[in-house]
Amino acid sequence: MNTKPEIDKLIEKYKAKKGVLIPLLQDVQSIEGYLSRENMKYIAEKMGIREAEIFGVATFYSMFRLKPLGKHIIRVCKGTACHVSGANNISTAIRNVLDLKDDEDQTADGFFTFIEVACLGCCSLAPVIMIDDKTYGKLTSEKVSQIVKSYYK
Amino acid sequence: MKQCIIKIGMASCGRAAGAEEIYKSAEDHINKHNLDCRLMKTACIGMCFAEPLIEFIMSDMPDITYGRVTSEEISGLIDSYLAGKPQEEKVIISRESTSNFDIQGQENDSLKKQTRIVLRNCGIIDPESIEDYINRQGYMALQKALKEMDPEKVVQEILASRLRGRGGAGFPTGLKWEIAANSRIGEKKYIVCNADEGDPGAFMDRSVLEGDPHSVIEGMLIGAFAIGADEGYIYVRAEYPLAIKHLKKAINDAYERNLLGKNILNSSFSFDLHIKEGAGAFVCGEETALIASIEGKRGMPNIRPPYPAESGLFGQPTNINNVETFANIAWIILNGSEAFNKLGTERSKGTKVFALAGKIKKSGLIEVPMGVPLRHVIYDIGGGMKENSPFKAVQLGGPSGGCIPASKLDTIVDYDSINQTGAIMGSGGMVVMDEKTCVVDVAKFFLTFTQNESCGKCTFCRIGTRRMLEILTRITEGKGKIEDIKKLEDLAEMINKGSLCGLGQTAPNPVLTTLKYFREEYEEHIIDKKCRAGVCNALINYSVLADKCVGCTACARVCPVQCISGEVKKPHFIHQNQCIRCGACFNACKFEAIVKK
Ligand SMILES: Cc1cc2nc3c(=O)[nH]c(=O)nc-3n(C[C@H](O)[C@H](O)[C@H](O)COP(=O)(O)O)c2cc1C
Ligand code: FES
Repeated sequence: MNTKPEIDKLIEKYKAKKGVLIPLLQDVQSIEGYLSRENMKYIAEKMGIREAEIFGVATFYSMFRLKPLGKHIIRVCKGTACHVSGANNISTAIRNVLDLKDDEDQTADGFFTFIEVACLGCCSLAPVIMIDDKTYGKLTSEKVSQIVKSYYK
Repeated sequence: MKQCIIKIGMASCGRAAGAEEIYKSAEDHINKHNLDCRLMKTACIGMCFAEPLIEFIMSDMPDITYGRVTSEEISGLIDSYLAGKPQEEKVIISRESTSNFDIQGQENDSLKKQTRIVLRNCGIIDPESIEDYINRQGYMALQKALKEMDPEKVVQEILASRLRGRGGAGFPTGLKWEIAANSRIGEKKYIVCNADEGDPGAFMDRSVLEGDPHSVIEGMLIGAFAIGADEGYIYVRAEYPLAIKHLKKAINDAYERNLLGKNILNSSFSFDLHIKEGAGAFVCGEETALIASIEGKRGMPNIRPPYPAESGLFGQPTNINNVETFANIAWIILNGSEAFNKLGTERSKGTKVFALAGKIKKSGLIEVPMGVPLRHVIYDIGGGMKENSPFKAVQLGGPSGGCIPASKLDTIVDYDSINQTGAIMGSGGMVVMDEKTCVVDVAKFFLTFTQNESCGKCTFCRIGTRRMLEILTRITEGKGKIEDIKKLEDLAEMINKGSLCGLGQTAPNPVLTTLKYFREEYEEHIIDKKCRAGVCNALINYSVLADKCVGCTACARVCPVQCISGEVKKPHFIHQNQCIRCGACFNACKFEAIVKK
């Protein structure tokens, strides 16, 4: 995909403003779901910033991804409330359903990306996960396995 | 005919509980039967445990809120209310009205025990409607400040209120404003709202931003006027899309009414406000890191002095306050510092919002006057423990805070009293734990968090937290040595002294407080290789009691790694070397035939 025209437009939008690198990277990331090496390099050239600085910012913040995303994103909450309500078991159950080994975070078919996050802000429903934009709460290992499987249908 | 107003709670928690489907069903029902009802969206009144919540208002009828509503029930609830026969057993909150009904909402009491200043509008107004906010005295404080007061007077009023910052450290807000007002007079200044809400397990700021964004904007405007700032930023956690949406709408509406922009309300005061979305880094809640992040850099803290009041955002004098701090301001200006001063204790005035979560019955958002005991918050308002399991500890202050045990439950909510326990007031996250929570595991959990979030600038924070985490991991795996406890204490002291910012300085707190109050549990893990809560996987085993097992196969079916074998109607067997100790079989067994040891 040629993302350059779109990036040019974004750079135009932010050019005259202060402190724009993070919002710019957020917008560029939303084009393809991640920041590719080429795109970072392109921004560096266009903005006259060192590539290293862009890479530094992109790796500092957990929202930036340097790898493509799967079709669906599962976010498992690892906040305090969810932790004491058994979030580890929820994670294990999902990883089992998806057959993810060790620290893999993506299914081989690219269908799911698995991310652990700190607090989704729905602590009263702990343990909580989000699949794409939908939040599921009060989960058990069984419930969550069924929910994840239902996406394959 | 009289119109019925129906308000549906559509904050993040309500949506997660299914409020969107209910809204849809209600809309369909109203349109289909051409009912004289007006559907409205509101945010979170704080009773997240009873979501989805729906309020009905009509003249000659009691104003009531139903809880735990499902989309199947909604048509029935609308019809019965319109027919003058509300379903009493589902009423969560009832408010006084002129009617002859005597309905007692199940939660009336718990609302009565609260004092709502910050949450004055949450769950009552439509957060996307500036008219709703204005109808409840919104922007009157700004008007008062601009027309009847001068910046100096505003600062004096906030000083006199003795409001302390709600972001965690409790620094007096008036003093902060006074310093910023007197710093480099005449130069460009900024005011910043810290809405990064980093404590995982807390959601006060989210609820205020989702439920009443204008109260924060008004507080910022008054602060900007007081210190002489003409530009401001709200730094919001990117994980809060709904809060960002409501803020954007609120800012646009405020511009349209000349509450933001040039010559606000025909005065000489001008102010521009922007939103900055965070990008997921806990340390960015620290004020100097937050400034670096707004400037587009890696969010690393800087040595203070210079303080932001002297040289902050883009090198200019900057004042930073938390969401809840700002949400108090308009109330104080309108009602006077004395009214605010009446609430609370000698050194902590006003109210505090808490987010109750964990093993508590009524999890949600509450606001109480400072000075009430923790016991009152957890038992009288929070309804006590879920499933009546015994209370073990309450965690306050998140990764910078600590665990307070049952013996300290009479501690009152006030900055200094809570500090004495070794925990901190923090921003208001309160996670309640029962006996199924292992405190060593909780300490490990927080250290994993801070170790991950350490920005890496200070050696003690970067490497020290890693060393502590390694020791804690070892202990939870049954490989700890008794000297490890001393090592943890030594490391804690060094990290506290050798770190530049609050993240490192307070990172050892979760370990220190659990060591202080639950030392014997650490010793049990180390000496007896036992985890009494049954949490630390390496120290527990699941096995089948052959005489109780009826061979129903329920366990084998739920086992995610297929390590349970056995024929139907015959006792089953768990292969220990394959078992991942997830506990699924334990939960699935209806015959108590699986034991955890
Ligand atoms: C690691 C760290 C994280 C912090 N996170 C937050 C936060 O999420 N929200 C917040 O308001 N303050 C946070 N603070 C405190 C801020 O540095 C600052 O004191 C506060 O925003 C000032 O506002 P206040 O005076 O109104 O409390 C954090 C501090 C540290 C050291
Ligand atoms: S701790 Fe999981 S949603 Fe807050």
